[in-house]
Amino acid sequence: MSALLIVLVLLPLLGAAVVGGLVKAGRDAAATSSGFVVALVELVLTGVAWGLFDPAAPTRFQGESSVPWIPAFGVSFSLGVDGIALAMIALLAVLTPIVIAYTSFTRAAEKFPDDRGAGGFVALMLALQGVLVALFAATDVFVFYVAFEVMLVPMYFIIGRFGGARRQYAAVKFFLYSFLGGLIMLGSVIGIYVASGTRLGQATFDWAELQRLAASLPESTQILLFLGFFAAFAIKAPLVPLHTWLPDAGAQAPIGGGVILVGVLDKVGVFGFLRYCLPLFPLASQTLAPLVLVLSVIGVLYGALLAAMQTDMKRFVSYTSIAHFGFIGLGIFAFSQQAVAGSALYMVNHGISTAMLFLVVGMLAARGGSTQIADYGGVGKIAPVLSGLFLVAGLTTLSLPGTNSFVSEFLVLIGSWPREPVYTVIATVGIIFAALYVLWVYQRTMTGPLRGEAVVGGGPGAASARALAGGPGFADPVDTDPPSGTGTKARFGDLTGREIGVLAPLVLLIFLLGFFPQPVLDVINPAVSATMSEVGVPDPVGPNGVAR
Amino acid sequence: MLTELPPVAPATGAGTAAWLLVALPALGAAVLFLGGRRTDRWGHLLGTATVLASFVYGAVLFVSTLALPGEERVRDLPLYEWFASGSLSVEFGLRLDPLSLTFVLLITGVGSLIHIYSVGYMAHDENRRKFFAMLNLFVASMLVLVLGNGFLTLYLGWEGVGLASYLLIGFYVQRPLAASAAKKAFLMNRVGDVGLALAIFILFAQLGTTQYTEVFARIGELSPGAITAVALLLLLGACGKSGQFPLQAWLPDAMEGPTPVSALIHAATMVTAGVYLVARTHPIYDLTPTGQLVVTIVGAVTLLIGAIVGCAYDDIKKVLAYSTVSQIGYMMLAVGLGPIGYAAGLAHLLTHGFFKAGLFLGAGSVMHGMADETDMRRFGGLWRHMPITFATFTLGYLALIGFPFLSGFYSKDLIIEAALGGPPVRGWLLGGAALLAAGLTAFYMTRLMLMTFFGPERWRSLTPRSTPWDPAFEASTPSEHGEHYHPHESPASMTVPMIVLAIGSVGAGAFLVIGERLGGWLEPAIGPVREVEEAVIPTGLVPGIASVLMLLGAGIAYLTVGRKPVPVERPARVALPVRAARADLYANAINEGLIARPGLWLSRALVYLDNRGVDGAVNGTAALLGGASGRARRTQTGFVRSYALTMLGGSIVLVAALLAVALP
Repeated sequence: MSALLIVLVLLPLLGAAVVGGLVKAGRDAAATSSGFVVALVELVLTGVAWGLFDPAAPTRFQGESSVPWIPAFGVSFSLGVDGIALAMIALLAVLTPIVIAYTSFTRAAEKFPDDRGAGGFVALMLALQGVLVALFAATDVFVFYVAFEVMLVPMYFIIGRFGGARRQYAAVKFFLYSFLGGLIMLGSVIGIYVASGTRLGQATFDWAELQRLAASLPESTQILLFLGFFAAFAIKAPLVPLHTWLPDAGAQAPIGGGVILVGVLDKVGVFGFLRYCLPLFPLASQTLAPLVLVLSVIGVLYGALLAAMQTDMKRFVSYTSIAHFGFIGLGIFAFSQQAVAGSALYMVNHGISTAMLFLVVGMLAARGGSTQIADYGGVGKIAPVLSGLFLVAGLTTLSLPGTNSFVSEFLVLIGSWPREPVYTVIATVGIIFAALYVLWVYQRTMTGPLRGEAVVGGGPGAASARALAGGPGFADPVDTDPPSGTGTKARFGDLTGREIGVLAPLVLLIFLLGFFPQPVLDVINPAVSATMSEVGVPDPVGPNGVAR
Repeated sequence: MLTELPPVAPATGAGTAAWLLVALPALGAAVLFLGGRRTDRWGHLLGTATVLASFVYGAVLFVSTLALPGEERVRDLPLYEWFASGSLSVEFGLRLDPLSLTFVLLITGVGSLIHIYSVGYMAHDENRRKFFAMLNLFVASMLVLVLGNGFLTLYLGWEGVGLASYLLIGFYVQRPLAASAAKKAFLMNRVGDVGLALAIFILFAQLGTTQYTEVFARIGELSPGAITAVALLLLLGACGKSGQFPLQAWLPDAMEGPTPVSALIHAATMVTAGVYLVARTHPIYDLTPTGQLVVTIVGAVTLLIGAIVGCAYDDIKKVLAYSTVSQIGYMMLAVGLGPIGYAAGLAHLLTHGFFKAGLFLGAGSVMHGMADETDMRRFGGLWRHMPITFATFTLGYLALIGFPFLSGFYSKDLIIEAALGGPPVRGWLLGGAALLAAGLTAFYMTRLMLMTFFGPERWRSLTPRSTPWDPAFEASTPSEHGEHYHPHESPASMTVPMIVLAIGSVGAGAFLVIGERLGGWLEPAIGPVREVEEAVIPTGLVPGIASVLMLLGAGIAYLTVGRKPVPVERPARVALPVRAARADLYANAINEGLIARPGLWLSRALVYLDNRGVDGAVNGTAALLGGASGRARRTQTGFVRSYALTMLGGSIVLVAALLAVALP
């Protein structure tokens, strides 16, 4: 399995190079197809890794390998996965081919600015995947840091080259925020390296060594180092008030970029909380937990209220994610087995539900030529399948029982309650707001009489003309105007078979993980238990509810 | 007092396949949703067949359970581990006991009848298949709700029926009012769901489990305060689902849904889930007199609100909806009274299921023949034109107002007797409310009967109002909706379910109550029925007093409505109480003023803050540092400068961190 992890990193990177070469050669169709094949192979290999992973194994990491990289500083290219990292890699492996298929093969395929083909986008996606796999699988803090910074580059170009009208602004804002956070983290990375040198005699970046060291660091040092990591992760996650780059980036990124950005890349933040903040700085984590909890709970309500008030659907999706990241933050810093496991599962589930929501919004926008909510109305009448799947996406976003998100949200809340009842009550009230923002958007776009410029106005052309004038940059995806008199229904059109094919795996996962989440939880639970014992806080509810 | 709980045995025999009860309608829903237009031709038949099959299987289970001795009638059927982490393990399983099986028969029985009725009622609707898919989804979710063997499975069904209700209220998707009503219902239900969720959190934190068997066996370990908290939070959930005060405002709006939906979901089954919840968790309520008292107060307040507002509406479905609010108030009152009331509340739940579903189907039949009109002021004299509807509706009416020896007479009497029991002040207040509402019920229902079926045929001089939002209307033939109303009797697929329900309205009360048949059957699940000991009025007098009040209410209705001409336009100048009742006793205004508007203001303020404040501060800082760069389109140069500045900032932090580490 150790070789497999290296392959999982290298395959998408090599694939990106090949796809990039084909794009340079002007063979865009071949580029996207080969990129799709690479992503599928990666998915199969990830499935093999999942099968080889043994949840009952006594060690935290499996498939470990290590190659010396910069021996002078004790840096090794070390890989290995625990259940949480594996779950994130699997999520990425599922989403990448879906995004590539959506961008390359469906009617909804966006026309990118300056008539760029999808090939370049696919190459960047694969490059991003390779870097992210390295990031999740890194067991060396320096490798993690490098991956953390490098992943910004493909995403910067995905937004900046393939995004909407204000893509430059959004890309720079994204980059600056993340890069600033990364630099602050670098301070802490070097700090803990130096500390390890003085305390262990031999400075190291090895995660396991540093974790052993962590317990002996004085609390004041832990707090400083914690804050360095925390700043980077809180921007990435993002926690309020460091969130303002996300709505811009989410709205300006192409749909596929948005899926990976919000679905996976942002998870690096909460993954960082779990892998770096908690185990490396247990005392600081406990001391500073109230700070994170407050920010998280504010995020739940703040994100929800702002989501409800958005006029643009892509910004809407971004704000719902801010609310969901609040739940994840709450769960992680409530320090109980159920809450932390719920948060880890939430990271997977939110990736699936956000992907679903982004893609459905993209398919809607491909028809109407706008992402403005006010441009739509009564779409359910003319596109019932699209509207039905929009509702499915909405229901998993509001965590309806029976969908995947419910299990994770409920675990977070039920696990947080024993230790943090006040924050839990506030967050639980958030489920009312979740219903509000989802159903309100659904009501305005999908129900009622046909209305809105994108639906009954001059068709996609009219709305996209407006969009080019300053709104989101969706070009008209319909090449030829259908003959007049075919009616709104024919012009707008319901989902095509390919579009349904893109969404089908997500719908399947939403309900499968809603009723049978245990296989994923079985993989996650041991890593959570390990994290809990590293933090050193006893579970608040023991067997038979013996409160401790 | 701690209730003796019967042992829970594993399910055997016919019970081992009880998951089929849920799986059949769920499968029907899945096929109809996924099958699309291909299933249009036979979709409604499949939907009906799956629910009928569930009913037959439910009846088999019922009979096989009856054959068991009393102490073996409570059985568990674990299916699989839904999710687990640490000390929490949530099992997906079914509880088969007299309480759940009673609900299974009610849900699948009334559900089957309403499926059959809908075949005719929705015949002209191009989305009939979708309608049946949603109805099947509802039946499956409702069965999960009542059959689940733990609080999490209950929650799954609880929100599942909420979704089905949302979909069906908003079924006429073109109609803006329907979409608003659907959203309102879901949101107010979610308020209740928060209560339910918090109750589950407390139970887990204190007991480490959420399964009924362990929770009920060990509930006594909790402090009295915790038990009361759980009871009140569960009640919040019950109020949301059952349209009880203060969460009653969504139920009348829910009448935007097709009428069979109103009959099945918003009268007979889903809205009684709150009563089920209290009965199911009776080991909790039995330990908290405070919790029980609050339940009875909520019930008494709601039954009065429903009865008062019901007197003022002219919309036939809304009158029935408020009547439902009021009748569920009776049931809540009963189950809040503890062991003297459980059986009474559940008896009323069952008889109400018959007569209220029958009344709604009758209202649907009237609408079917009257171009979807619901304003009773435009009806009148319809008994001549739809005799079967009239006859079945009359039996339902008599059962509802408690006419002697019909269903409602027996079940409502039990509740009034139980309410009069107990300490004098409480007995007078609760019993008085129940008696007063009995009179009001007779008034508003008699008014409804008189305006709809008797008096001059006011519709003769009117033209039907157009309802362009309604696909069923568009699809129907022009002759049906010409310039005049053409009231007619409905087809057999609609009248037969009405007749069956009318028979239930007549006989169910006597069958269930006499000889304590229902009480005896339910005993293993909810404990023995306790007799009312000291009532403030001798229980022997109650049937007489209730009957007198009923005649009084009906008589006043006859004098004020039956003897005078009914204006087609609703009088605007009315007395203050009528105005208050027409405004739902200001429930919506209060919600609007206290929650909706401040919430909107807050949200707008936050949007402003987010754009100008949080983001503005960030952009402003960037502009300040980077020399007015990052913001606009001159991003290339700005990018480099900001980059350099960021590097500088990062380096400073880095050095600071290094120093900090080196210091100790």
